[in-house]
Amino acid sequence: MTGAIDISAPTATRVAGMPDAGVSPQPLLEVRDLSLSFATARGALPITRNVNFTIAPGERVGLVGESGCGKTVTGLSLLRLLPPQSARIQGDILFNGTNLATLSPRRMRAVRGREIAMIFQEPMSALDPVFTVGDQISEAYRIHFPVSRAEGRERAIAALREVGIPAPERRCDEYPHQLSGGMRQRVMIAMALICKPKLLVADEPTTALDVTVQAQITDLLRSLSERTGTALIFITHDLGVVAETCTRMITMYAGEVVEDAPVDDVLTRPRHPYTSGLLRSLPSLSPRRGVLASIPGRVPSPNAMPAGCRFRARCSHAVAGCEQKQPMVESGNGRAARCWRAPELVLPGAVN
Amino acid sequence: MSGMRDHNRNSGILSGILAVRDLRILFPTRDGRDTVKAIDGMDFEVRAGETFGIIGESGSGKTTLGRALVSLLPPSHGQILHDGTDLAALSTSAFRKHRRDYQIIFQDPNAALNPRMTIIDSVVEPLEIMGEGDHASRHRRGIEVLERVGLAAEAADRYPHQLSGGQKQRVNIARVLTLRPKVIVCDEVVAALDVSIRGDVLNLFADLQREFGLTYVFITHDISVVSHISDRIAVTYLGKLMELGPAEDVVERPLHPYTRALLSAEPLPLPSHLRVDRRIILEGEIPSPVAPPSGCRFRTRCPSVQPRCAKEVPAWRDVKPGHRVACHFATADGPPPDNQKAQRAS
Repeated sequence: MTGAIDISAPTATRVAGMPDAGVSPQPLLEVRDLSLSFATARGALPITRNVNFTIAPGERVGLVGESGCGKTVTGLSLLRLLPPQSARIQGDILFNGTNLATLSPRRMRAVRGREIAMIFQEPMSALDPVFTVGDQISEAYRIHFPVSRAEGRERAIAALREVGIPAPERRCDEYPHQLSGGMRQRVMIAMALICKPKLLVADEPTTALDVTVQAQITDLLRSLSERTGTALIFITHDLGVVAETCTRMITMYAGEVVEDAPVDDVLTRPRHPYTSGLLRSLPSLSPRRGVLASIPGRVPSPNAMPAGCRFRARCSHAVAGCEQKQPMVESGNGRAARCWRAPELVLPGAVN
Repeated sequence: MSGMRDHNRNSGILSGILAVRDLRILFPTRDGRDTVKAIDGMDFEVRAGETFGIIGESGSGKTTLGRALVSLLPPSHGQILHDGTDLAALSTSAFRKHRRDYQIIFQDPNAALNPRMTIIDSVVEPLEIMGEGDHASRHRRGIEVLERVGLAAEAADRYPHQLSGGQKQRVNIARVLTLRPKVIVCDEVVAALDVSIRGDVLNLFADLQREFGLTYVFITHDISVVSHISDRIAVTYLGKLMELGPAEDVVERPLHPYTRALLSAEPLPLPSHLRVDRRIILEGEIPSPVAPPSGCRFRTRCPSVQPRCAKEVPAWRDVKPGHRVACHFATADGPPPDNQKAQRAS
């Protein structure tokens, strides 16, 4: 690990759902029993159930899983960006001890962008096409700090320089359509980090980019996080990106956290069959032109969740007993997996 | 099924089943003042029965090339030969008959299916257009191919929104299979699918290839996918080919500095103790295809650039048997050294 962050320290004693033993430093973010549901014409549709995790200051955590596992809604709920008319949030989102889940909308606005910022997959739809990027970055700052337009502009230029945009004085006055996809994502990062937030939620920030540009952006996010101490939640389906950017990985399946572990440990020896399945599905692990591994079936629909282990219909290790309620099973070194067979199973990871 | 096999084995074995000769595809810009050189001089052949992978960044001309290979776009210059036949020389009716052998599957499985048509109607539509058989025989054939791609007969009467992304992509595969094509161009066919089901769909492609002797042109930006399934790999950059060779050589021992950098950018899911820092970060992004750089078009981002690269367009030459590269300084031993590294060493 190249980072300044010691991955074993803040996470070692903290396991999802377990009360803080008091030996670790105060976590930056503590999500406790977060359950989300959406109101529909046919009643409440549960999306996530009892999601628990903590993020230490400066920690970089990858949130992975297939589409429809609840990664994005979990990220959005941290900033309370879900539509209040239809989304119901239960549980606690403790940020530096403040419960964001019950904060008034006005106080929540003071947190958004200032304490927690977010960047999205498609920068073009997140930027306003009729304002210059400099105006938009400066607005993000001036909402939270009473500075003049001139100073806002200076700060925007500095922020653009910080994220590696050449000729920032000129770029500052350009409109989003004049920038390439990679540049726009840099602008989004500049905007997200201008107030020096303590936590950045990045939702698939490199999925729409080419690998060469993706490498530039993930390197940038990692070095900015190391330099400024901003913690990072990296929502992605790309396990390679997690391995290169994060120190810890949380796997979600069908609206639940199923595994939480330091990245190096989980890549070598996953404890949940779903994590193992995801890792084994990567083509680089199968012999060239050989049969590729995959996970049979699909994620169950939110209104037809099976009891007990939600992965069991797709799991090759399922036995009688998996239909029982599955708690997170701890296994030391800050690891836990939602599988009662985890202690006995030896599952393959990303290393042959 | 033996009839299908004979149908595929008749021709195209000696020369390439697809031959591309000095291909250029140009589009006018919206204001009409400039020209976008999407494909700016490509020469290669695709052999019958092989999987020909094409990798490159967005804007390198991959998709334009794929569409041109199945005659959805006419060449502005040069030729595309199907089994030795120049399509431009065919009459309209002969062309219609001929092009059924060359099919394409697109990236977005949703956009490729009409939401108001049932699955079976979409699958048999190509047969209707070709005027093949009667309604009952077309239906039978449709069910047969749906089963072959792993979809139960119940799926036939459903609508696209009732299927998952992976199932929809299977429907798209079934639809082109009804025509018993020789060549299928696959344009980012697994990019929209979750990694957990990608393997399944790629395995299906491999099975169908063995069964029907298909030739694939597999266009993707996912290096791990292309290196897994391809026999040969071509690397595109800004409308030109940079490198072409056997898949294993291109991936394990690339000869072009661009291929080397592209491969190094692929994030690997390895724990830190197994990770070697071999990443070559390419500065900036792909230049505009309206005004590509003079000489070698990769020179503006190339870590091994020399003065000669700006003056002369590198020849498309064989450096090893069956391994071509467009770089002045590449040798059979590999790409030229990185300028910075060479400086540090001296």
